[in-house]
This record gives sequence, C-alpha cells and structure tokens, in this order.
Amino acid sequence: MKKLFALVLAVAMLLSMVTVASAAEGKVYYLNFKPEADEAWQALTKTYTEQTGVEVKVVTAASGTYSETLTAEMDKGANAPTLFQCGNQAGVDTWADFLLDLNGTEFANELTTSDFNLYGENGELLCVGYCYEAFGIITNKALLEKAGYTVADITNFESLKKVAEDIHARKDELGFDAFSSAGLDGSSSWRFSGHLANMPLYYEFRDNGVTSQPATITGAYMDGFKNIWDLYINNSSVEPSQLASATGDQSLAEFGEGKAAFYQNGTWEYANLTGKYGMKAEDLVMLSIYIGVEGEENAALPCGTENCWAVNSQASEADQKATLDFLKWVVTSEEGTTMMAEQFGPIPFKAAKASSNVFFNDANKYIADGKYVVSWAFNYTPNVDTWRAGVVAAMTQYSAGTGSWDDVVTAFVQGWATQYALQ
Amino acid sequence: MKKQKHSEAALNSQLIRRPIQKLFPIFLLPTFVAFCIGFLWPFLHGIYLSFCKFTITSNAKWIGIDNYVKALQDAGFMHAFWYTALVALTSLVIINLLAFAVAYALTRGIKGSNVFRGVFFMPNLIGGIVLGYIWSTIFDGFLSHYNTSIVLNSTYGYWGLMIMLCWQQIGYMMIIYIAGLQSVSEDMLEAAQIDGANGWHSLWHITIPTVMPSITICTFLSLTNGFKLFDQNLVLTGGQPFNFQPDGTIIRSTEMLALNIYNTFYLNSKSRGVGQAKAVLFFILVAVIAIAQLRATHSKEVQQ
Repeated sequence: MKKLFALVLAVAMLLSMVTVASAAEGKVYYLNFKPEADEAWQALTKTYTEQTGVEVKVVTAASGTYSETLTAEMDKGANAPTLFQCGNQAGVDTWADFLLDLNGTEFANELTTSDFNLYGENGELLCVGYCYEAFGIITNKALLEKAGYTVADITNFESLKKVAEDIHARKDELGFDAFSSAGLDGSSSWRFSGHLANMPLYYEFRDNGVTSQPATITGAYMDGFKNIWDLYINNSSVEPSQLASATGDQSLAEFGEGKAAFYQNGTWEYANLTGKYGMKAEDLVMLSIYIGVEGEENAALPCGTENCWAVNSQASEADQKATLDFLKWVVTSEEGTTMMAEQFGPIPFKAAKASSNVFFNDANKYIADGKYVVSWAFNYTPNVDTWRAGVVAAMTQYSAGTGSWDDVVTAFVQGWATQYALQ
Repeated sequence: MKKQKHSEAALNSQLIRRPIQKLFPIFLLPTFVAFCIGFLWPFLHGIYLSFCKFTITSNAKWIGIDNYVKALQDAGFMHAFWYTALVALTSLVIINLLAFAVAYALTRGIKGSNVFRGVFFMPNLIGGIVLGYIWSTIFDGFLSHYNTSIVLNSTYGYWGLMIMLCWQQIGYMMIIYIAGLQSVSEDMLEAAQIDGANGWHSLWHITIPTVMPSITICTFLSLTNGFKLFDQNLVLTGGQPFNFQPDGTIIRSTEMLALNIYNTFYLNSKSRGVGQAKAVLFFILVAVIAIAQLRATHSKEVQQ
C-alpha cells in the first residue's frame, strides 16, 4: 500500500513538472466577467472549436472577484488571458500596459457606434463595448393597475413617491408592496452604490460639463439621492434595519413572485424574470429613476455599459490574431450573434440580431420620444470597488438608523477625492 | 521488542547506512524542491516586489522604499494592527483555556468521551469561508430580532469573530492537549495523591508542567492563527462597519491585518507594491512574535 502511495505521489510530481507545450497555432483564452453568461460562452466556443479547430478556453471569474482573478491570471505569461473585460476608467488605468489598440481591426470595423468604447489619450481604441445595458425601475404593470395606477401616472419623483407610498399604505389589502427590498449585502449592493449613485453623479457632471474623470465632486444632488433611497427603504416589505444582510436574490424573488411592484435593476434581469419566474413580457416595463431633479420628466433610461472587451497586447501575435478572429466570428456569425442577442440583448455590431428583451424597447422608446439619455457617469469612479464599499457601508448604517446621512455624503463626496488621490 | 532491536541493528549496519548516507540528497530533493518552489522563491520574490511598482508580478519596476513609507503612513493599517493584536491575544487566552478544560474533562473517563472528542473536533474540518457564511447567517438571524446586524456594530463584529474562532479552533487544540494529557504519568499522580496533594495541586504541579510542550504548540498555533486570520474576517464582516474620517479616508473598524493587505493590494495598480510592503512587515511581525513566544514557553517545558 505504501509503495503504491509513493508511486502515485512520484507520478503526480513528475506530471506537474511537465508543462504542456503550447501549440504553434494561436489560441484564445477569454476570462469572462458574467457568471450568468458562462454556459452560453462555453457552448459557443465549443461550436467555434468544432468549426475552425482553434482552441478557445473560457474561464468565468466568480461573482465579484473579476479583478482579483484577472490579476492572478495575467501573471501566467504565455497562458494569460488573451481576451478580457475592461469596462471603466479604473480598469483602463490598471491595465494600461495590456490593452491592444484595436483601431482598424476587422472586428472593430464591425462596430456600429463608438459610444460604448473606451479610448486612450491618443485615440487608441482600447476597449470595445460589446453590448449596452440600461437600468431603471423595473415595474410590474399588472400590479400597478391592480393598485389603480398606470405607468403614465409616474413621470417624476413626486408622482413616483405618491404611487409608492399609496401602495405601501395599502399593502395588506393589495397583497404586495411598492419596492422590492433594497438589499445591501454584497450580492447586489452595486445596484445602489453603482447604478442609483449614477443619478446624482450624472446630473452633477451634466451641470458642470464634466467629460473626463474629475478629481473631486460636489455632491450637489445628494438630496435627490436621499429622496430616492428613503423612498426605496421606507416603502418595502423588508425593514430598513434588515437591509444589511438582504441579498439580491431575495429582492429578485420578491419582484418575481409578485410581492413588489417596483424593482430597481437592469436589462440583464429580463431572462431571469421571464424565465425563472415566468413573468409575462407585457407586464414588464422599465421606468427611469427619478430623484426630484428639475425637468426629469424628460429623462430616458440610464444607458451605457461596463461590458468592454480588451485584447491582451502582451499575448503572442498568433494568440492576438486568433483572438481577433474569434471576436469577429462572434459578432458576425449566425451562432455568435444569436447567442449575443439572447444573452446580452442588442449589440452595437452590424450583424446584430433583434432581441426579444422588452426593456431595450423601453429604452429605445424613451429615446424615440426625444428624451435625454442618462449616461453612465459612474464609469469615472476612482478605485471603484473601494469607493463603492465605503458608500455601501455608510448607507447600511444610515438605513439601520445607526449612522447619519452625513456619513453617506462623506463617503460619497470626500471618498471620491480620497480615492482619486490614491489612484 | 526483540524484533525491533533486530531491525535497528540492521539499520545501523554499515552496509545499509553507507548507501543511504551517500544518497541522502535524492531523498531530500523532492521536499527541498517543493520548499523552494512553494516557499523560498515566492518569499524572496515577495520581498523584491515590495520595493516595486507593479500591476502583475512579472512587470515590476523598482521604486525603492516608497511603498514602506506609504504603508506606515496608512491609518487603516495601524488600526488593523492593533485590532489584530487584540483579536489574537483574546482568542489565544480563550481558546487555550477552553480547549484545555475540555481536554481535561474528556480525559477523566467520562462515558462517550470519544464521541465528544469527535464532535468537538469536527468544526475544524470546515473551511473558513463556509464557516464565515454559516456564522454570519446565525448571527444575523439572531441579531435581526433586535433590528441590527453583525456588520452594523464593531463590538458585535469583534465578539462574533471570537465566538466563531473558538468554535472552530477549540476542537483542534483539544486534540493536542488530550495527547499531552495522556502522557502524564499515572505513577506520579498516584504518588502525589498519597502524599496528600488535592486535585488542584496535582493539576498545577504535575499535569501542567508535563503538558507544557502541548501548551507551547497550542499557544503558538492560536497566536499565529489569530494574526494570520483572513477568510473568516473577510466573510463575517468584511471590515464593516466603516469609520469615515473627515478627509474621506475610511477606517474599516473590524478589518484585520491580512484583510487590510488584501484590500490594499487590490485597490489599484499603484497600491499593489504598498500591499506587498505591508505583507513583508506583517511577516516580520508574525515571525518575531512567534519566535519570542516559542522561546518563552520552551523554557518552561520539563523533560520526563
């Protein structure tokens, strides 16, 4: 027995020493960012490998650990990811040495808009936005009607507040509440420290004409942020003091099961709501987020993306070429565009397929009606994870009644300056 | 007995010893290689990196002692240091007292003591992350009745961590103490009893001096465990609640050193070296404490 054990150990040791010789042909290694799209990517790459013989590896980082995983994987030299996610200013700053200029590549020529891309100082196309997303207040029209309202009744913060407070007051009679729980557990706190925080940031940047990462912010619209946050937490079935440990799944379930009329999230939840919870597409609509700003009746959905592809400039040329070929195939082939439409909705490429996601129709309708698009101002956030963690911690204390709103403002405004100085 | 002697004699024979002595590098090699790959090289490379600016470890640029200056100026790091010291010392005392008490009780010949030993040891088999999630659910499930949560109050965070550490580590330390207690000579205890020593006397003057090697190991383990604690800390509170300084910097009130290093490392591409410098300082700290403590307890050990 001992001999056998020793033999096994010896063999294992030998095997670990033998490094797998890398193929002369280029290969693709995609470090995927979205766990929910992992299965689709695995299936798609399998098809690609069958058709072309090119090896494509897709690894998905566990939720919330992308930057850690990327840091570790990038250190693997010839086996580092050739294709990765780099979706905001902080990402571009960190990975500046690894971003291939994609200008003029066949893949980049397939783009229909440059709105979602990230560029370097000299116009290098560093990251290509491969899909765009919108977020807002997802609303269950059927429940709204049951409470005696229609979507048209909600046009600004005042009217949203009136409807939400009325539903909350009658929750026992109606059998549902206004908002699903605004859980501040790490699983979905980005809904507020990222997406909701975008509203005060966007209006401030709009007023001040900010077009690049500012060193400081003023927090001019923090009152609006407080308005909407108070509305969320006081008109929901979950006590504000319980939000510290309330999860994203819980909030999704409340909305999906018809226990709440409003749910703040984005276009990407469409598949979950219609699939897992069997909601009807015609009952779903996405409203813009109103925080009590003058003229916000004309706000369209906040549209943008953090989903940008970057090609590793330090990968071998063969691997870079293989990666670019793969990307072109993804955005042009039948299989690729079908998968992209299913998983990511409309994509900004010439061969894009139509998406059945009604939220995008909502987003487009707002724009068609001549409303202003709220851009994703939060993409400028310095040291985004740390800044958000601070804001979430302060919001958690505030909601539980153990902290003041001033701390939220400090974390938001001073926190920005501090993180800017640290980066 | 005879057979053992026989084999010892065989091992001592020149014919066998010579080749073994000659070939010792071969026997040593696998462990030595593993030691170099798994410890020595990363350690030296880590020290080098603490003087560099880098995004990934293979593109480091030398920048001198800047990282150390920044690390020592960081108020959060200093807070984490004192907080860690507090956690390590408290857990050292509580874990060892309880583990010894449990071990002592379970060597008294209570019925079913093997079952108890197994049950007490089991929590140690669960990984820190899983344990952290389980306990945060338990704590929050309890605290939610009082409209609060473990992430809202640093006192809860501290004692929550302490309860979890005890639950996880007492069983492990208990096993070591049991092994030590079983080696306490019955003759000596009996002689003491005849001489009129009561239970406390024999515990203080015979049992504890004899199990001193176990105490050395256990205090060493629990102290270094306390200092190196990471996953439980990350999952249970993640450093929350945060204290916001007027200048916008954040002090994470329940953040321990290892978590502080991790957070610094992943802050951005410029802070990686600072995190690395903190890690080197952290190593020196743990090494110094461990050596000092090992020396202090070693001197109290008695040879039988």
